Amino acid sequence: MAIPSYATRGERIWHYAFRGICALIFLFLVGPLLVIIPLSFNAAPYFTFTQEMLTFDPAGYSLRWYQDFFTSSAWLNAIKNSFIIGIASTILATVLGTIAALGLSSRYMPARGLVMALLISPMIVPLIISAAAMFFFFSRVNLAQTYLGVILAHTALGIPFVVITVTATLSSFDTTLIRAAHSLGANPTRTFFKVVLPLVTPGVVSGALFAFITSFDEVVVVLFIAGPEQRTMPIQMWSGIREQISPTILAVATLLVLLSMLMLTTLELLRRRSERLRGVTPG
Amino acid sequence: MSDSSAPLTTADGVPLKVSLRRAVRRSKIKALLLVAPLLLFLVIAFVIPIFEMLTRSVANPEVSNHLPRTVAALEDWDRQDVPGEPAFAALVEDLLEGQEARNLGLLASRLNYERSGMRSAINRTARGLRTMEPPYREAVIEANARWGELDTWKIIQREARLYTPSYYLAAVDRQLTPDGEITRAPDNQQIHVSLFWRTFWMSGLITLMTLLLGYPIAFLLASLPLRHSNLLMILVLLPFWTSLLVRTTTWIAILQSQGVLNDVMVFLGVIADDARWQMIHNKIGTVVAMTHILLPFMILPLYSVMKTIPPSYMRAARSLGGRPFLCFRRVYFPLTIPGMAAGGILVFILSIGYYITPALVGGQSGRFITNYIAYHMQTSLNWGLAAAIASILLFVVVVFYMVFNRLVGVDKVKLG
Repeated sequence: MAIPSYATRGERIWHYAFRGICALIFLFLVGPLLVIIPLSFNAAPYFTFTQEMLTFDPAGYSLRWYQDFFTSSAWLNAIKNSFIIGIASTILATVLGTIAALGLSSRYMPARGLVMALLISPMIVPLIISAAAMFFFFSRVNLAQTYLGVILAHTALGIPFVVITVTATLSSFDTTLIRAAHSLGANPTRTFFKVVLPLVTPGVVSGALFAFITSFDEVVVVLFIAGPEQRTMPIQMWSGIREQISPTILAVATLLVLLSMLMLTTLELLRRRSERLRGVTPG
Repeated sequence: MSDSSAPLTTADGVPLKVSLRRAVRRSKIKALLLVAPLLLFLVIAFVIPIFEMLTRSVANPEVSNHLPRTVAALEDWDRQDVPGEPAFAALVEDLLEGQEARNLGLLASRLNYERSGMRSAINRTARGLRTMEPPYREAVIEANARWGELDTWKIIQREARLYTPSYYLAAVDRQLTPDGEITRAPDNQQIHVSLFWRTFWMSGLITLMTLLLGYPIAFLLASLPLRHSNLLMILVLLPFWTSLLVRTTTWIAILQSQGVLNDVMVFLGVIADDARWQMIHNKIGTVVAMTHILLPFMILPLYSVMKTIPPSYMRAARSLGGRPFLCFRRVYFPLTIPGMAAGGILVFILSIGYYITPALVGGQSGRFITNYIAYHMQTSLNWGLAAAIASILLFVVVVFYMVFNRLVGVDKVKLG
């Protein structure tokens, strides 16, 4: 959308004004994440820039909040819990979700719309309602305050993401490739592993990433059904924000921003790979 | 010639139609079997719990469980005057049993929701039970005057039913009179309706904000060449992928009165140091933080709709002599309405169900109805009321979800 040479003066002004507005909105989107990174190196226990920081005085900066984070048993334990719960529920959600997506994308799947709506409902039902419901149910079947309980709950929450991404990948899957493989003499198993799986993998991996981040970032359900044993990172942050506002949270936040950058890069690489495999030239 | 009238068959003699029907049935069963494990898991771990919670919003077992003899004694009561000695004797027996089993607390709080003062009536009476001598009528009334009131007995009789509408009525700030008529709750207890409205209008405001901010971004992304728009898309996806708590924390750091934004404005001389703006722990905090959090959910569906609008439409409109604004309003804008609807409903649904952000940055005035569900679950322990509020919220969400599904289709949701 470059400006055409015949544009009037008003159009030129509007063109630059529009770009300016967009820049401001982008600043609103990313700015807060960028503000928090330097703040996490604050030597003083404040949530704002000190005079020393603004004058780039090295004394104004320190790694004390990172040190605090990496030496605190509460935080380390919370990270460990988050990874245990996140990985276990991701594996469960990905396996169940991928198998189901294969069935869902079949032409003969009966009541497809209804089943799909049901499978996606954990994403739509407000978390507080899911949390309350699971609290009652899990306490009754003795799953409350156990790792298994939290893992099963997070599996349910992660499933919609796996189902959505994998069915989306399968819907753009060219079924003539399967026929081509068969005609070249491959048996169904070989076809699945040599043709279907490589093309579907990006969808499965990005679904798994979504499921993992959902679990890794989930507070409400854990707040209701987990005991002190299963304290996760978000819970530790939640109580940190509510009770004692310590800048250690800013260090954690910075690390999590880096984590999301990593995830985003992975997804982008996956997208490019699948485009390459499909023969679409990346733009 | 005779062959053409015979039905077509497969090699082993089965009519083709039958064989085809079998194949379709087999494929159907295969598809169902693939979906079955997940469906079963979700039904057990998610659907049944939700359903159970819904039943909790009308379940009313306390009175009939803990006062069975009293309820039986009240069966042929004329409701004109406080019942006679048999009902009181039954009450004493029921309370004694409850005291043994140490479960009078449930009964006491249940009756206290209907009529304040009942908790202490039950607790005080229970304390003196051991030394109580017949006739019980006088002794019990002496222990607590509530038992001498007609309304107390009417409520016990009414709440003996296994299902009650009272939690739903309480969720919309209504209550039943002892005679079973619906009235408004006392003024100091009328909080839920206003919280529902506040949740809805603030979610509407947040939806509008995301639309206003998201539309230009989606438009820019859709009209730039892919190489540039992919780069800019990262700026949208990065916050989308960043932890909700991180984003809420950053807004606390930025908006609080000793925070970055206030410091900048004091430095620039816009505001005085002693007149810093209170931008957090109120409505502003909730709206700003949630607009930021939900903005990608508006941009992504809008972008995918705008991407499908051929640029030649605008060029055609321009070549027919339309001024840029007119072309936009008459040609481009109407084509983006499906995207606006999809993003709008999505943001609205997500927004009315948000709990964390309003709880952390909303303060007293920026709280949502969800925060009250948590309050009744964890603090007041009125689980029936929490379930009733949750089911009303769930109903609203499901209605919008169905509209969304009709308009867009859940499986069309793109996640970056």
